[in-house]
Amino acid sequence: MDYGTWRGVFSLIILAIFIAIVFWAFSRRTKKQFDEAANSIFEDESSVDKSDKPESKKDE
Amino acid sequence: MSQTIPQQPIEYNMKVVRQFTVMTIIWGIVGMALGVLIAAQLVWPELNFNTPWLTYSRLRPLHTNAVIFAFGTSALFATSYYVVQKTCKVSLFSDKLAAFTFWGWQAVIVAAVITLPLGLSSSKEYAELEWPIDILIAVVWVAYLIVFFGTLAIRKTSHIYVANWFYGGFIVVIAMLHIVNSFAIPVSFTKSYSIYSGAVDAMVQWWYGHNAVGFLLTAGFLGMMYYFVPKQAERPVYSYRLSVVHFWALISLYIWAGPHHLHYTALPDWTQSVGMVMSVILFVPSWGGMINGIMTLSGAWHKLRTDPILRFLIVSLSFYGMSTFEGPMMAIKSVNALSHYTDWTVGHVHSGALGWVAMITIGSMYYLVPRLFNQKEIHSIKLVNVHFWLHTIGVVFYIVSMWISGVMQGLMWRATNSDGTLTYSFVESVQASYPFWTGRFIGGVFIVVGMLLMAYNCYQTIRAGRRETAAGNVVQTA
Ligand code: HEM
Ligand code: HEM
Ligand SMILES: [Fe+2]
Repeated sequence: MDYGTWRGVFSLIILAIFIAIVFWAFSRRTKKQFDEAANSIFEDESSVDKSDKPESKKDE
Repeated sequence: MSQTIPQQPIEYNMKVVRQFTVMTIIWGIVGMALGVLIAAQLVWPELNFNTPWLTYSRLRPLHTNAVIFAFGTSALFATSYYVVQKTCKVSLFSDKLAAFTFWGWQAVIVAAVITLPLGLSSSKEYAELEWPIDILIAVVWVAYLIVFFGTLAIRKTSHIYVANWFYGGFIVVIAMLHIVNSFAIPVSFTKSYSIYSGAVDAMVQWWYGHNAVGFLLTAGFLGMMYYFVPKQAERPVYSYRLSVVHFWALISLYIWAGPHHLHYTALPDWTQSVGMVMSVILFVPSWGGMINGIMTLSGAWHKLRTDPILRFLIVSLSFYGMSTFEGPMMAIKSVNALSHYTDWTVGHVHSGALGWVAMITIGSMYYLVPRLFNQKEIHSIKLVNVHFWLHTIGVVFYIVSMWISGVMQGLMWRATNSDGTLTYSFVESVQASYPFWTGRFIGGVFIVVGMLLMAYNCYQTIRAGRRETAAGNVVQTA
């Protein structure tokens, strides 16, 4: 395969992969997982800051 | 998600985030003040005070390095370390390496501040620093890569939140760009020559320059967008599916558009045409991302009226949309024939840099500072509002001045008399540009005043936080 043909084939492969990604992203299967992911940043967890710890302990 | 709620509170490493956050604000002021100084030098050349170290040619690269690598990249370090910990629900992979990235990166910046005014430069745009500093950059960057991906590897969640994809893409690609573009043969400790020459040198240089814009100034800050916009708006991103497609489309297309910096050069014609076509296509994922960010607010538009932090974030996205509309247009060869070498390019740069990059950063910093320093809110939301208007007015002044002077310069340079001679000499176009350069200077002053207000506001917030911590009041930060 010469270079030009290879470039053409390469472009087609990339295009196919891209279309596959779109189908995957918009498939019903991923919906639940993506909804959870989108909301995951709001799961509030109580957090303690490592570097604050010594200070707050000292003050107790 | 299937992970269980942790029994004990997670101990995050916020120290390094705090350090990078504070330096973001400081370097922002330094870098933008330098911008104002060089803008003033174009109007009043005496401002170089006849000192070689203060000449425009040396301060201009100092400005670009300070705003991109000191201000912008510190912001990316701070937010990526914050976001990756929060979304993976785990502390950083290595605190020691993280500390090394902070001090190492500050050392790089200090080295730039010293060597560039001395006139030490490899003369490659956005890669001016000489080879010993380049090696330090590479080492720090690999450490950054290990900390970031190491944290992803030990995450306590099943899914990797989309913001991390953008940050990860940015970190990997910048490592690759920096290392390939910096190959050079040192002839002394302070001087080296690139191993590339001729058209190959030009191609490598703009493969680097263009993708530094695409992955540092765009993908990195999109990572910021996908976390801080939903957080500040208190609603999930408009479409998570779109964000996944956005990521893959952006990273697979950006790489091919670099030749739009080399239209009508010795680069093969077909390469220029590919660059042009890919640039026009790039409009689609760019606007997809912008719409995804802005529409996150749908149903909550009223928040814009009362929340200047959200306004910073959303207006930054409209500037992103503006510059990614303008870019593809300027990539069309016939348009580029007019815009290239003129102030139009500089205007485009700053609608991206001051509109998009700086505004999304400022919004994110206002979100972060109270949370990092044990406070519920920023010291004064009123001052944030004032900052918003100062910044917006400043950017508009800047961009509009550059559009007018850019198109004017382009038209003057190509104007010919009926006998084929040039209508205007170059210096006449310089003279005609003075009013617009003054306009840019005024816009820049507005912007720097806004940044100083920000520094004051954040300082007060930090001080209040320290007082409360000392008094034993630990606010639970979300
Ligand atoms: C107060 C704010 C700022 C002012 C007044 C300012 C001013 C300037 C000036 C006068 C130049 C030189 C233009 C020329 O040579 O004709 C310049 C170049 C540049 N600035 Fe800024 N700047 C500011 C903020 C920023 C920020 C925040 C960024 C990036 C995040 C940035 C990135 C750049 C870049 C990349 C260039 C080189 C443009 C090119 O080569 O086409 N600037 N700036
Ligand atoms: C779809 C997106 C974009 C496209 C197609 C695009 C296209 C272009 C074009 C055609 C030029 C002029 C090249 C020349 O005549 O020398 C340019 C310059 C530039 N653009 Fe963009 N642009 C885009 C987005 C952005 C964004 C979002 C930013 C900043 C955050 C940005 C930063 C720059 C910089 C720094 C330069 C000046 C490089 C130099 O000459 O020093 N661009 N861009
Ligand atoms: Fe580009």
